[in-house]
Amino acid sequence: MTGLESFLVRAALAGVGVALAAAPLGCFVVWRRMAYFGDATAHASILGVALALAFDLPVFAGALVVALAMAAMVSGLGGRGHAADTLLGVAAHSALAFGLVAVSFLPAVRIDPMAYLFGDILAVSRADLLVIWGGGALAAGLVLWRWNAALTATLGPDLARASGIDPVRERLVLTLALALVVAVAIKVVGALLIAALLIIPAAAARPLATTPERMAGWAALIGAASALGGVAAAWRLDTPAGPTIVAVAACLFALSVGAAAGAAALRRG
Amino acid sequence: MTLLSVRDLAVRLGGRLILDGVDLRVEPGEIVTIVGPNGSGKSTLLRAILGAVPHLRGEVRLRPGLGIGYVPQSLAIDPTLPMTAARFLSLPRRVAPEAAAEALARAGVAGLGAVQLGALSGGQMQRVLLARALIGAPGLLILDEPTAGLDQPGTAAFYRQIEAVRAATGAAVLMVSHELHVVMAASDRVVCLNGHVCCEGRPEQVASAPEYRALFGTGTGGALALYRHDHDHAHDHAHPHHHGHDHPHAHAGADGGRG
Repeated sequence: MTGLESFLVRAALAGVGVALAAAPLGCFVVWRRMAYFGDATAHASILGVALALAFDLPVFAGALVVALAMAAMVSGLGGRGHAADTLLGVAAHSALAFGLVAVSFLPAVRIDPMAYLFGDILAVSRADLLVIWGGGALAAGLVLWRWNAALTATLGPDLARASGIDPVRERLVLTLALALVVAVAIKVVGALLIAALLIIPAAAARPLATTPERMAGWAALIGAASALGGVAAAWRLDTPAGPTIVAVAACLFALSVGAAAGAAALRRG
Repeated sequence: MTLLSVRDLAVRLGGRLILDGVDLRVEPGEIVTIVGPNGSGKSTLLRAILGAVPHLRGEVRLRPGLGIGYVPQSLAIDPTLPMTAARFLSLPRRVAPEAAAEALARAGVAGLGAVQLGALSGGQMQRVLLARALIGAPGLLILDEPTAGLDQPGTAAFYRQIEAVRAATGAAVLMVSHELHVVMAASDRVVCLNGHVCCEGRPEQVASAPEYRALFGTGTGGALALYRHDHDHAHDHAHPHHHGHDHPHAHAGADGGRG
């Protein structure tokens, strides 16, 4: 295999891996209206990247730890005086700002902050692929394992408790999966656009689905198609790959929602 | 054997003592309704029984192996969540399609399995919630103001459905309600709650108890029932008879509430 082909293949595999990991979790993010929460966790991970680079630790580990700390802190502090979204806004933007400040202290040769803000999918190595597919499988496995319980908790905490399900535990599991997805996706689409990869495929899948499972299936399909289409388009048009993937997903969303609206209009006659 | 016994239960929420010294028993097959003014701790009592709020004191004892079916006040389903009635019945554990169809039929919504929850009317939604609660043949149904969003004919029709379910399955029913006049007719026993149990007994006993009258004297929910008492002292004994009239009346309009 030539060098050119292999790095494109690696990029495609990385994109598809992240899309598949993000799909089931992305549905929960949409159903539970956690979009802002996902965004905040992703932005905060930049601080983790900076810390990891400063201490010569793996970027994945740094991003994961900070994303987890961020998610745990916001979950824990919620409902103690501050409105949840205020708290999220303060924490997420502070973490992003501190992260960018921290990055500036690092020797310039070692880091290009753009790579972590917008992703650098064409530079994905074999080791990165292992981390992406390993972490992604773990995140998707967590969500699928708790699928029915988390779905019940999403419908109502008391409904869950009456079925012997602890809604707090289910939320923690989803939070853990979110931190994992953020950590694996940072290399692919970058911290600023991770939430887009969670939300847009799920939102595009909504009009096509009649059950939660089908929505997750469609989201995986749309996410994977966006990743492949995005990598191909970025290569051809010489555009940044991460934003291109998200742009393709957005086009698929417009197509899906537009088609659904058209079909509804036709049914009404 | 007693299904549920609550003894000397106290619950504190947000620094406020919501329940204090509550005693309650539910026997197999009986319909027990908890009435009380807003903030009297009705929903908190149900949630304490479900284990959703910690106890400050006292105990909640369930008969070993008792299955509980819970019907919440309402279900705020996000429009982004696609969910058919049949799929909803399989949460959190998958049930066979025949069992789901049977539960829907028993709750009065046969054939609605393929319909999206978001497309159901208020009355249909409460029946689908009831159908889910019936999965696994529970010995006790717990309903938290199941008719809060329904109009009066819809409410009356729903309570008749509850009675039909009890008759068919033998399940006991513990519910909270605001619709005093309808509840009175549909219950074997009424518990009047206001942080503690003020009075309890057969519906007609509670309706004429001074504690009950003191509580509902100014409440709009009890206004109708109270008018009859206040202006009709000589006819206290005729009170259950009144409800006998209410019932067929509500019955006649019930189909509108299902649509």
